[in-house]
Amino acid sequence: MGNLASVQNAFSYLNISSEICSDPSELNKYDKIILPGVGAFSKAIENLTNTGFTDALQESVLVKKKPMLGICLGMQLLLDSSMEHGFHKGLGFIKGAVKSFNDILLDEFRVPHMGWNNVISKNNSLIFNNNIEKEASTFYFVHSYYCELENIENVVGITDYGIQFHSSIEQDNIFACQFHPEKSQKDGLEIFEKFALI
Amino acid sequence: MLKKRLIPVLYIKNGLIVRSEGFSYHQNIGNIINEASRYNEWDIDELIYIDISKTDEYDLRRDDHKIQSYNSIEDIIQQISKVCFMPLTFGGRIRTIEEVDIRIRNGADKIVLNTGAFENNSLITESAQKYGSQAVVISIDYKIIDQHPIVFTHFGEKNTSLKVEEWIRKVEDLGAGEIFVNAIDRDGKANGYDIANIGKFVNLTKLPLVACGGAGDMYDFVDLAQETNVSGIAAGNVFHFTERSYPRAKQLMKKNGIDVR
Repeated sequence: MGNLASVQNAFSYLNISSEICSDPSELNKYDKIILPGVGAFSKAIENLTNTGFTDALQESVLVKKKPMLGICLGMQLLLDSSMEHGFHKGLGFIKGAVKSFNDILLDEFRVPHMGWNNVISKNNSLIFNNNIEKEASTFYFVHSYYCELENIENVVGITDYGIQFHSSIEQDNIFACQFHPEKSQKDGLEIFEKFALI
Repeated sequence: MLKKRLIPVLYIKNGLIVRSEGFSYHQNIGNIINEASRYNEWDIDELIYIDISKTDEYDLRRDDHKIQSYNSIEDIIQQISKVCFMPLTFGGRIRTIEEVDIRIRNGADKIVLNTGAFENNSLITESAQKYGSQAVVISIDYKIIDQHPIVFTHFGEKNTSLKVEEWIRKVEDLGAGEIFVNAIDRDGKANGYDIANIGKFVNLTKLPLVACGGAGDMYDFVDLAQETNVSGIAAGNVFHFTERSYPRAKQLMKKNGIDVR
């Protein structure tokens, strides 16, 4: 997966050690976890469950409370469900649902939502923004589905694309963003640095 | 809101960055990795690399001997993706799904298909199914023949007789995620973008469309952004020969009310 390599390249560039973990029984030995993701929701959930990663993630993230960062599809997977190609259950770590842009947007909005867009700070966050007053930063997005959380207090950033959707979230030790920090130049790398320092 | 992207396009020939004019004249202008770091410092939106080599020789004429030699497109992509944290798009010489795999696996976020997609339409669908539509850019080189934009393949040498409009509709149906149009007649001529036709292309597809060919100065970016609904504005030569051209272009666009980052 191109995405895994890009995330790892970013951490190497920042001199932060990282490894790609392909064995769920090894997940325990790491301090922090990143769940990137490119592709379809249903296939990803199926893979996580069949390989044993769903159980390993529950143990590390929900029981041991290790910091976790979900990126793009990795954010969507954390929610209760997704409507991508039919109804599918997610990991359910965060209350909310993944919905389709096509179902709601007018024709003038091209889907996927692809390119650079602003993230407006809604709440303080340990890694996404620590200054609500700051002018909105821009990040790189590529997605056709968006997250809608039940608990607004867990939303730390929103983005406007025909509708205002939840683009970065934080709930206890769980962090996630719809955009790609590894493709968002300095503002993106800064998020990885902050995540490493938690 | 979503920003308009300003995208430098770099042409690679046998491992060197070259400038092109009318799709034929190629002047060597630099080392790939040096150019990549220069663009990275400018905090650019995205980079498109098109390999226009006709043979398999790669020569990076590296000036830093500590860097190992690169002898393939894989090496080049790997090295660039280690220092560039922006969307990276690679095209040129892609004919099979294996050649798509190699580029994505080594760090490309998107691949560009042109002749390969025209000769084998299923390559578009196959690539989109494997990596998602967002990773598949279809590049369309065209010339105006009897007042109609016509698709040319094989580095702009072969007239396919197919109208650009028809090809755009078809690639959208086949699963493409983005369209990149390039006006051959304007390549390297610096006489401005083909605004009238680009405007028509944008309106007949729902896909993001990036236009290239003809930028002579930064005012051409402003004109194209104001007069059409393009998602991205691409240019090659203008970024090579003007000092700090990219950040200055962004400033000018902002001043003219265009939503760029």
